[in-house]
Amino acid sequence: MISPIILPLIAGLLCFLLNRRTFAIALAAAVANLLAVCFLTYQLLLFGPMRCHMGGWQPPLGITLRSDGPAVLMLLMTAVTGLAITVYARGYFSHRILNLRQATQHQEQQRYFWPLWMLLLAGLNGLFLSNDIFNLYVTLEIIAIAAASLAALSGKPASQLASFRYLLVSLLGSLTYLLGVVFLYRSCGILDLDILQHHVANGPGIRAALALMSIGLLLKTALVPLHFWLPPTHANALAPVSVILSGLVVKGSFYLLFRLWFEIFTQLITPSALNFMGTLGAVAILWGAVQAMRQHRLKLMVAYSTVSQLGYLFIAFPLSRIDESIQVWSIVIFMALGHACAKSALFMVAGAVFLHLGHDRIKDLNGVRASLPIPVFAYGIAGVSLMGLPPSAGFIGKWLLLTSSLTSSQWWWALVIITGSLLAMIYVFRVMSRFFVIPEDYSVTTSAPLSPLLEWPALIMALISLFLGLAASWPMKILATGNTALTQVFPGGLP
Amino acid sequence: MITTLLYSMTGLLLFAMGLFTLFIHSHPLRKILAVNVMSTGVFLIMVATAYKPMPLGNIDPVPHAMVLTGIVVSVSVTALALLLACRVQETSNLDLLERKKQARIPEESRR
Repeated sequence: MISPIILPLIAGLLCFLLNRRTFAIALAAAVANLLAVCFLTYQLLLFGPMRCHMGGWQPPLGITLRSDGPAVLMLLMTAVTGLAITVYARGYFSHRILNLRQATQHQEQQRYFWPLWMLLLAGLNGLFLSNDIFNLYVTLEIIAIAAASLAALSGKPASQLASFRYLLVSLLGSLTYLLGVVFLYRSCGILDLDILQHHVANGPGIRAALALMSIGLLLKTALVPLHFWLPPTHANALAPVSVILSGLVVKGSFYLLFRLWFEIFTQLITPSALNFMGTLGAVAILWGAVQAMRQHRLKLMVAYSTVSQLGYLFIAFPLSRIDESIQVWSIVIFMALGHACAKSALFMVAGAVFLHLGHDRIKDLNGVRASLPIPVFAYGIAGVSLMGLPPSAGFIGKWLLLTSSLTSSQWWWALVIITGSLLAMIYVFRVMSRFFVIPEDYSVTTSAPLSPLLEWPALIMALISLFLGLAASWPMKILATGNTALTQVFPGGLP
Repeated sequence: MITTLLYSMTGLLLFAMGLFTLFIHSHPLRKILAVNVMSTGVFLIMVATAYKPMPLGNIDPVPHAMVLTGIVVSVSVTALALLLACRVQETSNLDLLERKKQARIPEESRR
């Protein structure tokens, strides 16, 4: 069970130390990570959810790793997206090293990219597997450090400033979370999530802990009033880094927040708190979409679309009261999976367009369709998933949201969801129409052709997001396994 | 009990002071220092949590382990933040602009 954490960590160290064949090491680690996660999924389907006591120490003192339905699905998402990102990053860096001046600078960037990316992967896997609130803090910090350094990699002044702000914001978020952990420990004296579940009672200390942890994690997830740092950071980073930040990193803190709300603090959650989160989510959907429509640069538009799509995850909060918890988990997981695949495809396309044209101003994107057919196709399919047309994963998620909001007679959320989809359609088509307008004096051969490594990962991710809706029963099955079977415990080595 | 409370309150005060400075001041170094003060406040509360007035005078070792981990994390994060702040200063030439502005103001006032 620890292999998804150990493998990328070792690979990152090797990349940093050896400094040669870094791509081969990173690719091997990404593939091995995917295989390990597939094996975990197989084990989950066979045995049910599992616990692993690190070093053989029992829970009140030792640290536990846990794999259950939601954790395994998030791990699968990270592993698949991570493999695509690894391949894409290779194409991106080799293209820049070959075709542009300043080759040494790009080589330097590539050299630091691989270790940081592997470290980030290890942190994310640790976050999804960890079952100890303090250990979760440590993984949050690992992710923050790796993500901020990755965001600063491009070396432009704007990205340096943005990543400095990003680092400060994530630090503020993790410190607030840590303060919440301290309050919780003071009240209960326990760090393990499983035992905490039974010890949490309503009291001032625990309410303060809930509030502090939620604020910290909301800051990291960039829900609307706290989203100010996201667009500049995501839009100014290198293309593979934008994919990582937007597709994976934001999901990590959201997953933790959701887990805390619906597994630990279930007794404390009042309807008004749930409605508050839902309202923030609704504002996020509308505000993000309107901002996305107003942008002049493709990458900024995609970044604001992330702000908008994150809102859907929070709309699921107020719908949880009436339905079974498994229903809410499946909504959230579907939205997260679909968004991770679609958004990584969009950022990959934006990166490819940027490399091809040398800019990403939306009004000058005319005729890209003629020279980059595959990325434009990928853009269209990913857009379908963002808008929520069938059979994409976004459709399944939005359909579940709509039905549960109507059955629980909270129709106003349904209105917001439909409006958000319409707005998404507008901002996706605004760029799409530019792609297809070909001016009369347009020549196809403008610059060197892009390598297939830059085009195919985007298309594959987009297709996954499209067909995930057809294979919806598999994730549901994995999710349902988490709730029925008995827990298997593995002692992880000897003390 | 009163000792624990005193230390915890001091920790909370430090956290609040750090937060205030982080929001108010714009200089990168001040912001980094503010975050450091905040983390020190959290660590102080943690250390205070470890103290339990028991008959044997035992203390809880778990918060100490947490504080040690937290200090390691905070040192590495501070190093990274300082490096980034230096880079920002170098690349965006904020310093130079400030100095120019300051140099211009006395000239104008003389006129």
